[in-house]
Amino acid sequence: MSLRTTPFHSRTGPLSEGQAWRRWAGYVVASSYELSHDREYHAIRNSAALFDVSPLYKYLVTGRDAARLLDHVVTRNVGKAKVGQVLYTPWCDNVGKQIDDGTISVLGEQTFRMTSADPTLRWLHLNASGLDVKIEDVSETTAALSLQGPSSREILQIAAERDLSALKYFRLTSARIRGIPVTISRTGYTGDLGYEVWVDAAQAVALWDAVVETGRPFGITPAGMLALDVARIEAGLLLIEVDYFSSRHAWIESQKSSPLELGLGWTIATDKERYNGQAALEAERLRGPAWQFTGLTVDWDSLEQLYAAVGLPPRLPTQAWRTSVPIYDRGGHKQLGYATSGGWSPLLKRYMALAHLGSEHVPGTEVRMEVTVEHHRKQAKAHVTPLPFFNPDRKRA
Amino acid sequence: MKRYDAIVIGGGHNGLVTAAYLARAKKSVLVLERRPRVGGAAVTEEIFPGFKFSMFSYVVSLLRPEIIRDLDLPRHGLHILPLESTVTPMENGDYLAAWGDHDETRRELYRHSPRDAEAYDEYGRLMHFMAQAVKPILGMVPPDPTSFAPGDLAGLLKLGRHFRGLGSERLHALVKLMTMSSADFLDEWFETDVLKATKSASGIIGTFLGPRSPGTAYVLLHHYMGELDGVFRAWGFAKGGTGAVSEAIAAAARGFGAEIRCDASVARVLVKNGRAQGVVMENGDELRADTVVSSLDPRRTFLQLLESDHLPSEFVADIKRFKFRGSSGKVNLALDALPSFTCMPGVGRQHRGAFSISPSLDYVERAYDDAKYGEFSRRPYMDIVFPSMIDPGMAPPGKHVMSIFVQYAPYTLNGGWTDAKREAFGDAVVNTVESFAPGFKSLILHRQVITPLDIERITGLSEGNIFAGELALHQLFFLRPAPGWAKFATPVRGFYQCGSGTHPGGGIMGASGRLAAMRILKDGT
Repeated sequence: MSLRTTPFHSRTGPLSEGQAWRRWAGYVVASSYELSHDREYHAIRNSAALFDVSPLYKYLVTGRDAARLLDHVVTRNVGKAKVGQVLYTPWCDNVGKQIDDGTISVLGEQTFRMTSADPTLRWLHLNASGLDVKIEDVSETTAALSLQGPSSREILQIAAERDLSALKYFRLTSARIRGIPVTISRTGYTGDLGYEVWVDAAQAVALWDAVVETGRPFGITPAGMLALDVARIEAGLLLIEVDYFSSRHAWIESQKSSPLELGLGWTIATDKERYNGQAALEAERLRGPAWQFTGLTVDWDSLEQLYAAVGLPPRLPTQAWRTSVPIYDRGGHKQLGYATSGGWSPLLKRYMALAHLGSEHVPGTEVRMEVTVEHHRKQAKAHVTPLPFFNPDRKRA
Repeated sequence: MKRYDAIVIGGGHNGLVTAAYLARAKKSVLVLERRPRVGGAAVTEEIFPGFKFSMFSYVVSLLRPEIIRDLDLPRHGLHILPLESTVTPMENGDYLAAWGDHDETRRELYRHSPRDAEAYDEYGRLMHFMAQAVKPILGMVPPDPTSFAPGDLAGLLKLGRHFRGLGSERLHALVKLMTMSSADFLDEWFETDVLKATKSASGIIGTFLGPRSPGTAYVLLHHYMGELDGVFRAWGFAKGGTGAVSEAIAAAARGFGAEIRCDASVARVLVKNGRAQGVVMENGDELRADTVVSSLDPRRTFLQLLESDHLPSEFVADIKRFKFRGSSGKVNLALDALPSFTCMPGVGRQHRGAFSISPSLDYVERAYDDAKYGEFSRRPYMDIVFPSMIDPGMAPPGKHVMSIFVQYAPYTLNGGWTDAKREAFGDAVVNTVESFAPGFKSLILHRQVITPLDIERITGLSEGNIFAGELALHQLFFLRPAPGWAKFATPVRGFYQCGSGTHPGGGIMGASGRLAAMRILKDGT
């Protein structure tokens, strides 16, 4: 069987002007709907961008021991979370290396929805032996839309006919949109004000129509993965298989990372009982992680000089890139680490990158990033920049 | 009494940029703005309830990316959104469109002329090279060609080497650009009249010249300048209107510790022993500072804020000769719905870009003819955008704002501007649009008509010139605003200029303000 389409495809398909699709977890989703992703990107920061995020893996975990199971798997404290809360969390193998990251929505005292980038059913089952818990793969039966941007609240409030101003960052609520039962969570992958709407796949198309129609006067813009990729770099959000490798897919030890090395130390609970990787993570926290995941800002004048030397104005990537690029010290000889994603921020007018560097390279440190200028390897000056690059007040307000 | 390191007169975008850079360098800075809000000609005002207008300046073309980065403006709300396309409705019901996508634009041109479709790319390439040649000049303090000061000589040498390095072909093209009319220059490239008309229109904005007037070709270059910064489609629209640009710079300046006072009108600069000491306010208060910076245009900076005995008489004569000649007006409309144009019926992506009312070279030149003899154009050139299509927050949901930049509306109108003349001008604009979009008039909820006299009255820009002095070749670079005084300093020690009337001037660019701040900091006052 060929690649699958998502439950929204009867709507997203005809919108695709350039037939540019990308594979995601065995589905196809739009890279961009218009010929260029420019406008879709700007919608994220200016009005509201609508993403089809249905390919996410989704599991419904229920039963008396549901929280216990999840607490054993992930690093955040699920037992302490309140109904209506959403937790962003990584999970690790037994030696504290990261397997994946995703969210856990607390739908009820004993009902949780877990999302992941990779299939996680077997891992959950492996950890559930002896527990009174039911694990259901709802990936195909649950569709999801992500509405991101400053106008997202206004649109959803009208669509759901209720005030959402009390719904705080990383909280969820059940609602109805044109009679369709949905869960609305204030979550997303853009670092902006935004929501994700979870719906039974059978009602996906009706939900799409309702949201798009409501959003039209507010400039709602269906957007694809290229636009999302720029926004998530601005927000400093990491991407599996790009910025880190799942410890279950890594071939060698050095391909693995711990949450502490990925800047996710804040997700490691210190107030819960045994969980996967606990001993290793606690020891690592004590001695301090060797690596850090950080931002880099490429110095404009330096880039301009490199291009001017061959008689060209600076060339910037038109899309976010996801390749490994060496980072050197300011002398240009000693390699300090590598960047894994990068791109030009049209909003910030900055060339930004996400990089793995030794922990000792504090913000402000000057480094060199490899750039190819007219077929030749050069090094552009860059500075270590704390993440996120962009963090608007409205994200949490 | 508190003594500031610097007082900046005028809270327009350049004044604010200067203040922000000075404050960033730990100077104590006070900005004095006469109006109740900052921004000067870059202001957003809610003239009609729920509808926000970029009252005067409405697009952001060349705001320097280094200013955006240095002052961290996105953190203070700055977001520049791309303007995607230009559609020119023609009198025969056809149109010419330039879209964001290169292939689509080429196909569209091919429809009019297969030859022009190919020439278009070559033309773009040449203009790109030319812009690259001119660009370094924008970022440098203009050297004085008559001076033997080491700094000037070094600058001139650098400039000379730069031009020699262009090669003869490009140098020739540059000379042509500097001397020809935009119509003649475009004739060398294209045969499609509507294409030449639309391109040439960008060469006349803010000048009292027509597309067939020599010297207008140079202004064509400005359109290619922004692209060099890799800031794709540098022509943009600021979220929240151009006032949001000013507000963001003001917020950045305050963040660095600058103090900004509105409703604070300066009467004159205090000068003692040839040195600026501070300012005297309209209410008689005196404020002291080591450095005083004026962001006002050259006429007001030197002839109004200073008494003429502080200035050399030749300099006063030069400033008196500096041409303003405001030639453009603005009509801002609140609309119940978007208008449908005959050439491209319905509502669609065309409304996210500009509509250029420049159907032929004759049309634009005739619009100029009216102005030459002291009348506003009966059928003017217009640049129309719908800001609410780009930032929906500019109007209530489903409603729209329409911004119409109009040329020509001469400052010196036969019989002078009156309320009746203003409305007649507004009618000419609206009726012309109606001829391309029947039914449009019935959508108008509110109309604001701005003449050059209104621009002068509200913003203070002399003769309503939107560039604080005509962007003509004889008023650029080391001649802006006067020979020998193009480097932000003035004949009065401690008194500087930082507005658009100084090099490089023009548009919401901020370069003048930034370069002035650099100069002040270098002088160490």
